[in-house]
Amino acid sequence: MPQPRTSKEISGMGHSMKRKEDPRFIRGKGNYVDDIQLPGMLYMDIVRSPFAHARIKSINSEKALKIPGVLAVITGETLKQYNLHWMPTLSSDTQMVLPVEKVMCQAQEVAAVIATSRYIAADGVEAVEVEYEQLPVIVDPHKALEPGAQVLRTDKKDQKDNLAFHWEAGDRAATEKVFAEAEVVVKEEIYLPRIHVASIETCGCIADFDKVDGHLTVYMTTQAPHAVRTVLALVAGHVGLSEEKIRVISPDIGGGFGGKVPVYPGYVIAIAASVVIGKPVKWIEDRMENLQADSFARDYWMTTEMAAKKDGTMLALRIKTVADHGYTNASANPSKFPAGLFSICTGSYVLQQAFTEMDAAYTNKPPGGVAYRCSFRVTEAVHAVERIVDVLAQKLKMDPAAIRLKNFIQPEQFPYKSLLGWEYDSGDYPKALKLAMKNIGYDELRKEQAEKRKRGELMGIGICSFTEIVGAGPSKTFDILGIKMFDSAEIRIHPTGKAIARFGTKSQGQAHETTYAQIIAEELGIPAAHIQVEEGDTDTAPYGLGTYASRSTPTSGAAAAMAARKIREKAKKIAAHLLECAEDDLVWEVNKFTVKGAPTRSKTIQEIAFAAYTNHPQGMEAGLEATFYYDPPNLTFPFGSYICVVDIDRGTGMVKVRRFMAVDDCGNIINPMVVDGQIHGGLSQGLAPALYEEMPYDENGNNLAGSFMDYLVPTSMETPNWETDKTVTPCPHHPFGAKGVGESATVGAPPAIANAVVDALSHLGVTHIDIPITPERVWRILKAKGVAQ
Amino acid sequence: MSMHKIKVTVNGAAEEVEVEARLLLVHHLRENLRLTGTHIGCDTTHCGACTVLLDGKPVKSCTMLAVQADGREIRTVEGLEQNGKLHPVQEGFWEKHGLQCGFCTPGMLMTSCALLEQNPHPSELQIREAISGNLCRCTGYVNIIKAVQYAAEKQQAQKEAAHAAA
Repeated sequence: MPQPRTSKEISGMGHSMKRKEDPRFIRGKGNYVDDIQLPGMLYMDIVRSPFAHARIKSINSEKALKIPGVLAVITGETLKQYNLHWMPTLSSDTQMVLPVEKVMCQAQEVAAVIATSRYIAADGVEAVEVEYEQLPVIVDPHKALEPGAQVLRTDKKDQKDNLAFHWEAGDRAATEKVFAEAEVVVKEEIYLPRIHVASIETCGCIADFDKVDGHLTVYMTTQAPHAVRTVLALVAGHVGLSEEKIRVISPDIGGGFGGKVPVYPGYVIAIAASVVIGKPVKWIEDRMENLQADSFARDYWMTTEMAAKKDGTMLALRIKTVADHGYTNASANPSKFPAGLFSICTGSYVLQQAFTEMDAAYTNKPPGGVAYRCSFRVTEAVHAVERIVDVLAQKLKMDPAAIRLKNFIQPEQFPYKSLLGWEYDSGDYPKALKLAMKNIGYDELRKEQAEKRKRGELMGIGICSFTEIVGAGPSKTFDILGIKMFDSAEIRIHPTGKAIARFGTKSQGQAHETTYAQIIAEELGIPAAHIQVEEGDTDTAPYGLGTYASRSTPTSGAAAAMAARKIREKAKKIAAHLLECAEDDLVWEVNKFTVKGAPTRSKTIQEIAFAAYTNHPQGMEAGLEATFYYDPPNLTFPFGSYICVVDIDRGTGMVKVRRFMAVDDCGNIINPMVVDGQIHGGLSQGLAPALYEEMPYDENGNNLAGSFMDYLVPTSMETPNWETDKTVTPCPHHPFGAKGVGESATVGAPPAIANAVVDALSHLGVTHIDIPITPERVWRILKAKGVAQ
Repeated sequence: MSMHKIKVTVNGAAEEVEVEARLLLVHHLRENLRLTGTHIGCDTTHCGACTVLLDGKPVKSCTMLAVQADGREIRTVEGLEQNGKLHPVQEGFWEKHGLQCGFCTPGMLMTSCALLEQNPHPSELQIREAISGNLCRCTGYVNIIKAVQYAAEKQQAQKEAAHAAA
């Protein structure tokens, strides 16, 4: 790891600076949405559908309205008067805010009660009487796509089936040819089930409409406040919400992971209620609503095949996916990428051909398709390729490390053009895998496994060598609802040499207040402790698309460096003025300009800042500030190699993760402590779906894991001591060589764990197990193979 | 809805208030007393974001009624810092990067505080068991365990220093 260039006092890049946001959090002084109380504030609670598909025959609010303190019951008919009963999704489909005709999934919003307290609002919800006529339910996306299936989206006139979209990438014919001629072909049906991000803070908002001046302020759990402001202006402009009068404030957020990117109906109803009533309206979901109604992740059925030579040379990859989108396509994806960045599925390997296609289905389930801590469907792609590589190795009786080392894209091949159209920026895959193998003692583990196998003990070693694709994205291809996916930074240097910096992103725990300050400290030499970072207020922050898809460091972080460099350019002119020399005679080092050959003649950034307000050159604008909108030239491609060791209990089928070594490469590192924290969290959110979490539905569309009783978020007892290490391969196109790190581990961990479990059972002929790999699932296999104890 | 007079001592200050029978303790703390450090994460006693100390023992205030706290002592995250000096668990969480989004943190701090009061030298497994009723989605727990270990050492050092001074 490179040594930091700056002193600890300045704390630029490479320092494990303690977090600037922590003093408030450890004192209970964070400011989350539900902590905010406004004068005269009302509370909203939502009536939700018990059925997955039903016609609404009537909604009777009489009893509810008789409860003292209940002020209003809002239904689809109320919103229809303003044409606000439907809204666009981030994928340009349509979603009901409140229904006027039928409900399409369980837990869908049916009506909203506005009351003077949250308890009375809940009483009101109990008292609203809704009469439903149940309709036939489709929960299986394969059945939804069968010819003759009941068409669910009767609201869409041209929709004649349940296909939300078809998407494909690669050369189908050329890939088929390679498969037809290949010596070896392996195939697995891989299902990544529906899961939920389950941030510990649920979603919510306070909508505060001022009837006098027409201003709307929304305090909201959103990862993308500017995008929300624009969406609100676009969908509610016709009722007078003009963009300059909308202020979205995203205060402290208790975890996002993609679940706080979409605009949920609850937000829109609260806004409508505030506009109609003219008082602030607070809506905070409870956990059951959060799990049952908010955006899900995954739900991809991937038929995955690989063609190869007998010597283990990989030749081609083919994946056909059926994607369950629920009743509408509400995926939070860039518009040109309906399947997100699934086309990263060729992974870390040199292949001759690849082809992937997807049919996305409408079903009677809640909509979504958010990332669960990954960059637009990368986790799905990586799971498919990293599993099928192991299946191939098993078929050829090759070691899974050896087959990877044989087929890796080599360091000298970068920048590497992938078969499905990406240009990988930089990488050294063999180095990362070899380091992970050395750290964990791979050869010794294989010997131990062989010994244990002789004794009938089940131990497995799993590898995943992933390539991510993050930092969306270059404006020529990346936009959401037409808004380009650049991001921004604005820096103002105060006369005393301190600074304030504002960004278009929004931290939900990623430590932006610390790491952005460190980037600026590195560029300008102002101590990070003296750089105030602000995000999340659309009235003050420059425009940006927000924080998700590991994009903050690649976009806003880059913008911070570029804005700082603009400031340094101006600072140089001021220094030349102060030192009475030519600009070309000055050299920059850490925090000052010095005259070449005269080391005593220098001006620090603090002296220059003071002069910018007190003694600036004639003809120059006063002040020292800059704004930069950074449009990345390419995405970034973090990578890593993970090795997992599991032991399986033959009596219970319980999988225990004994060790987990994660070698990550996210390019240059801003704050090593924060990076490790991100990796720990990502690994834990990889462990979760690998072994525990799943959001299943019965045949009637009933959610079967709608609370933390059944949706198993791992506790401290299940989570192992993560071991981490790094290689550093700087990103060649990013201003300071960083790649982004927040999601790598969520992407890389599940296949490593799944591969370890299958490895433990491979001698029994097991080639694949779908996640979550629950004790029951393993025990049934052990029973079938006659090895259960 | 029946109203009840209760007397609860919160962070050392005794207060008499009248509350609805159904009012949850967490809402009393957050909305009546405006102690918003205690968070709500699940409503079903699973996540522990609402953990406070009731007569020194950690309880989940989202599934306890305010009236049940009548005559008892409550300590919340706001009561950890004393005379401008952070509690060792607060220091530990800051020092060891034991928090990210901060939402589970108050509950984690209170549980850790109770653990160290009962067991000043917990093993790693004892720490894991103690915090197993508090969910964290960000940290993967590893640094939280380190934070509690840091706090245990710090507390020991403080005791030794006090002993030496005496």
